[in-house]
Amino acid sequence: MFQSLSTILPELFLAVTASLLLGFGLSKTQDRSDIVRNIAAGLLVIFGLMGFVLDRPAGTSFNGLLYNNEFSDFLKAVIGLAAAAALLLSKHYFKSEKLDRYEFSVLTLYSVLGMSIMVSANNLLSMYIGIEMQSLALYIMAAFNRDSLRASESGLKYFVLGALSSGLLLYGASLVYGFTGSLDFETIRASIELTGATSGVIAGMVFLLCGLAFKISAAPFHMWTPDVYEGSPTPVTGFFAAAPKLAAMAIIARLTIIPFSDILGQWQQVIVVMAVLSMLVGALGAIVQTNIKRLMAYSSIANMGYALVPIAAGTVAGIQGMLIFMTIYVISVIGVFATILQMRLRNGMVEKISDLSGLSKSNPGMALCITFFMVSLIGIPPWLGFFGKWFAFAPAFEAGLAWLVVIALVMSVVGAFYYLRIIKMIWFDEPTREFILAPRTVRFIAIASALLVFPLLVIPGTGIGIAAMNLAETAAQALFAQ
Amino acid sequence: MLIAITFYLLAFTAIAAAFMVVAARNPVHSVMFLILTFFAAAGLFILMGAEFIALLLVMVYVGAVAVLFLFVVMMLDVDFVELKQGFLSYLPAGLIVAFIILAEMIMVGAAYFSGASKTVVPTDPETSNLERFGEVLYTDYAGAFEAAGLVLLVAMIGAIVLTLRERKGVRTQNAMDQIARTREEGVELVDVEPGQGLG
Repeated sequence: MFQSLSTILPELFLAVTASLLLGFGLSKTQDRSDIVRNIAAGLLVIFGLMGFVLDRPAGTSFNGLLYNNEFSDFLKAVIGLAAAAALLLSKHYFKSEKLDRYEFSVLTLYSVLGMSIMVSANNLLSMYIGIEMQSLALYIMAAFNRDSLRASESGLKYFVLGALSSGLLLYGASLVYGFTGSLDFETIRASIELTGATSGVIAGMVFLLCGLAFKISAAPFHMWTPDVYEGSPTPVTGFFAAAPKLAAMAIIARLTIIPFSDILGQWQQVIVVMAVLSMLVGALGAIVQTNIKRLMAYSSIANMGYALVPIAAGTVAGIQGMLIFMTIYVISVIGVFATILQMRLRNGMVEKISDLSGLSKSNPGMALCITFFMVSLIGIPPWLGFFGKWFAFAPAFEAGLAWLVVIALVMSVVGAFYYLRIIKMIWFDEPTREFILAPRTVRFIAIASALLVFPLLVIPGTGIGIAAMNLAETAAQALFAQ
Repeated sequence: MLIAITFYLLAFTAIAAAFMVVAARNPVHSVMFLILTFFAAAGLFILMGAEFIALLLVMVYVGAVAVLFLFVVMMLDVDFVELKQGFLSYLPAGLIVAFIILAEMIMVGAAYFSGASKTVVPTDPETSNLERFGEVLYTDYAGAFEAAGLVLLVAMIGAIVLTLRERKGVRTQNAMDQIARTREEGVELVDVEPGQGLG
């Protein structure tokens, strides 16, 4: 029993502490939102590192509902740290918009709990419950600025389309259940091995992947992304773009590698179509955007397309590449949103790309940070984004998907246009506005992320890059060993 | 014999009530007929031995969804007369949809009866659906059950966060103050002289 409890320790920890924190924040006499936020960020860091500090054996819990191994440990670490960073970023924004309420931090904890259940789900039921828990918390966070028409609209839009995707997901799950007789991932795999690819299983698998494509906003299920990103409060958008994407990507990897490993030919087609469409939509849609949050939405669609490329390979190297790519993407996206949060004039936040023009003269530090992120997102060699793309595309190339890699590279070049446009505006245009100095936390997170995407840490000899890569490799191998 | 009579009675009620949902002039009556339809359908499920689904139907659809409809109908000022005016012009489209659904149902039925061996038979006819359901829900799926409770908690937090507005300067009862009152603050003993009153 204790062995079983130790495998779900991170989930138990989050569930209990989040509920306690909810009670703690409920004070009539004083506003505890600050202290609740700091505690929640600390809890998220502890949660993230729990998998590495404690020597826990891989294993199932709750009669096979959850399976914890190095794969889920790795993802929990990235998700926990990303969520903690997003939470710390939210402080000054919510304070200045007079939205500072402690429930936000508690909801973040619950959504991370949902993601944690997702990444260690070993059963269609626990997968669904994890997805619902994180999305429900995200819908509320999107509409958190309830007096703003746009935030309410984005929350509602996200909710309705999320409900639709849950419907697709459940329909697929019921088909898979009906045709294989089990909800358990390993039993489904055994059943497919026995019966081969029946049409019911294939239809169910396609529906499952479509439902999950909503969550990672892969085209053709991306329509909600720009509106929701634009309407939600900026720190919430930063949170949306990072951790939940990683969790949904992980569950796609888990589904394709464990239960559907025998029908690789079938799911590969679905993943490839979604990858190509996402890269196209992301690269072309971003060109005409003027709002930087919308631009980041399209950038995120394109990046999800890139991340699907290595999954399509279906190999250990592919999953490792996806993990590395997504981790680097999460770091740079948090950095980008930390700089967007610094775009504040005396009378409020601005979100236009043109507001950045001439930033190098008024605020060189911030200009340098944005330039680093943009260069990394393009994938220019010394920056980390290049290595992300390298590890993502190489396995697909080796798996015989050379044409897919060619499309990905062409789309990267097209996408470089709008990133370069921002860099050009920052360095060569005339300054129009002067931002007020951002709070220290926000600047610190922006600079830390900028240093992380700068190849300082992957230079041989520092060892951090190698260690991270080894972690990703162990995680990918653990997924296949199950 | 009794089962056949019950079936036809319930089936007739269901169809007649479903028709009245569309045909009734008063929207409140429509919702009432909708509730009747749900009840009749629940009865049909019980006849099939699916008592759990019947209970769910009554609890979820009658208890929650239909009441919600009733609220919407009564609270929103929708001009139903205007809404009904296009009834005849929508009829052809409605008929086409109804016809497609009918054809699908006939095909599903035909396919079902042609391969009768595929029918699912309960492994143990002695225990009821509810018992079997409870057995797996609280053992195999206990973890998922607990997590679903947390999902509901998140939904509750969300409903409160998005709607609760604290208003300043509203006088409210303070239960603790009321309970903490002592006899000394609450009661005053006055020694009244005979024939003088309290003045």
